[in-house]
Amino acid sequence: MDTLTWGQIITRILWQLLPVWGALVVTFGLSIAFKRRLGLYGRIFDSTVGMIGFALVMFWVFTAFFADLIITHDPYSQVSGMKNILPGSPVKNVKDGVYQWYLLGGDHLARDVFSRAIMGAREVLIIAPFATVVAFMVGITLGLPAGYLGGKLDVGLSFGSNLVLAFPVILLFYLLVTPSVQESAIPTTFAAILFLFPIVFMTLLLNARYFTNKTQRNLYVGIVLVVGLWAYSGLAFNADPLGVWSMSPNILNVFVSVVFVNSPGVFRIVRGMVMDIKTRDYVAAGQTRGEGIWYIMLWEILPNARGPLIVDFCLRIGYTTILLGTLGFFGLGVAPDSPDWGSTINYGRRLLAIAPHPAVVPALALMSLVLGLNLLADGLREESLKD
Amino acid sequence: MVVFVLRRVGIILLTALTLSFIVFALTNLPSSLGKLAKAEGSVRMSDEEVQRWLDENGFGGSTVWRYGEWLGLAPGWTHTDEAGVTRGRCIEAVKTSQTPDAEVATYCGILQGYWGFSTVFKQPVSEVMARSLGATGWLMFWVMAVMVPTSLVLGVLAGMREGSRTDRVLSGVAIVTTATPEYVSGVVLIAVLASATAGVSPVLAEWGWISGKTLFPGTATSAMDDITFMNFFLPVMTIALYGIGYIARMTRASMTEVMTQQYIRTARLKGVSFRQVVMKHALRNALIAPFTVIMLQFPWLLNGVVISETLFNYKGFGWTLVQAAGNNDINTLLGCTVVAVFVVLVTQLISDIGYVFLNPRIRLA
Repeated sequence: MDTLTWGQIITRILWQLLPVWGALVVTFGLSIAFKRRLGLYGRIFDSTVGMIGFALVMFWVFTAFFADLIITHDPYSQVSGMKNILPGSPVKNVKDGVYQWYLLGGDHLARDVFSRAIMGAREVLIIAPFATVVAFMVGITLGLPAGYLGGKLDVGLSFGSNLVLAFPVILLFYLLVTPSVQESAIPTTFAAILFLFPIVFMTLLLNARYFTNKTQRNLYVGIVLVVGLWAYSGLAFNADPLGVWSMSPNILNVFVSVVFVNSPGVFRIVRGMVMDIKTRDYVAAGQTRGEGIWYIMLWEILPNARGPLIVDFCLRIGYTTILLGTLGFFGLGVAPDSPDWGSTINYGRRLLAIAPHPAVVPALALMSLVLGLNLLADGLREESLKD
Repeated sequence: MVVFVLRRVGIILLTALTLSFIVFALTNLPSSLGKLAKAEGSVRMSDEEVQRWLDENGFGGSTVWRYGEWLGLAPGWTHTDEAGVTRGRCIEAVKTSQTPDAEVATYCGILQGYWGFSTVFKQPVSEVMARSLGATGWLMFWVMAVMVPTSLVLGVLAGMREGSRTDRVLSGVAIVTTATPEYVSGVVLIAVLASATAGVSPVLAEWGWISGKTLFPGTATSAMDDITFMNFFLPVMTIALYGIGYIARMTRASMTEVMTQQYIRTARLKGVSFRQVVMKHALRNALIAPFTVIMLQFPWLLNGVVISETLFNYKGFGWTLVQAAGNNDINTLLGCTVVAVFVVLVTQLISDIGYVFLNPRIRLA
């Protein structure tokens, strides 16, 4: 069997990604058709930059979603004779029903680089957005009262957040994501504190809105508490009675550290914006009406700070992706055979001089995802400034 | 102004104290100490033997007390074994100091200028830090020398005429580089410029333009002795690339804002040439914001330094930090923390003070 040319490799990769193209076309078609009714999301499609960014991001989201259909080989299986082999090489001793080429070559353990890069997208896209969401809830829940009430609370929380921000990120990772820390109670304690914030946030949010209508309030807050505490018991303590929610100690450790590093940044932004917005007339009007402080903070101030927060959310997912890559690059907190991009780059970098493809493929993948998120943030910023 | 600086210095000291204690506590977890005992003693030690080794080597007391020893506020530990030989923190401190007949002090910590002994490098931490910081100093210097002028020129050129083709091209380049973390740019740079099988090197070697196999060497180990363009270009570019995009974007934003100001329009309407307007009226005001950004880039540069030094095997501060963290070398890690935190906080202070001098509209209370 012959080695594939670059033209054939590219054609075949585009063909493998067919489900992604389909999903992208459907998403863009529907979104552009209804863009006037979709609010800020629809306005992404008014800006070229925003559209390119959105396309890149959605490309990776769909890739992660359809990863099982796209991959040509099992990302963990090793085929003898394929070590560091060049892109487009035919698989030796091919069995029936197995794809006959390594599209982007083999890595140092003779695994398929293409399939691993595709599966790596799943690893990143499961952790990064959720870690960012939790970081945002922590930052918002602490930043709102710090900015609105000020005083000693603000001084204390600001000192704490500056403490984390002054810490070199890599040193923090080396301290928090190590086997000896994993054995101790530190990650669980951190998780117990950090995962409480989403529940507190949702409870406060719904309670402040519906406290006048007791039945409705009890229903919503009840649902949040039941689902939240159920997930909480599983995620933080790995003690879910039904076994639906769980997180491996490795992932929990990584997740918690990434949230911990990200939330002070969110806290600072929220606090700054609250200090600006709280001087507005509509806040004074709410105070005069006798609204509770959580209602004013969560339903008067927060919605008016959403523009910059959405932009920062996009940028921060990108930053989290970079952080996850950094963790993988230093071999912290990931299983040795994990296909995530950071650790693949780490293993590939040692052989860069002779076989660059195992490191370059995940490097470019990671870069394009972060680039997409940055472009999307730029587009959103432009569009939200047009008001 | 003086009050402001003094208050900030106080906060810096408090922060450094808190953070060094956190690092101390995290590196002194019971399981890490057990590992240390087995690494220094023998692998087959039983739990009691481990405990005895820890007690005999000054890891016995409470974490707070040992932190006090490290700081120099509590008397250093001593231990006299059966043979009557007394060992102790301060005795080691005297042994490693250069003066032969220094008195054995009771207190020996950071405050007395003793940083401890590195278990990985088998050297006093102060020597390890001096050597690695010297190496990283050169790296940082060249990064700054490349990054600052390039990014400012790019930013000013892009922001001069908002929406022009130059602006769009340069902004595109800037956004791509800000999406490229150091471990990506390093890998891509090596693959393109320093790989014998890919990129430009095989082509150049075939044409006979370069004598070796690759255009640039893939490591910067030789730069420890002698820095040349060839061995330093890749590590410097790896770090600088991310910063160039970021600072250029900030400069562009600041420049476009200044270019829409009334006084720029007035100057243009008076008939001053565009060149003169940019050079004389816009530039100085547009450079205030980037100054702050450049100073606040330092913490991120620290990250870049760690990645680039690991990637290119350049034995500076970042490399030392990775080695110390990987082997739980407590004293070296603490030294690295103190240095890193001071660098971050002092640059923040400088950026605040510099801002006041650059922008006369700001007054510090």
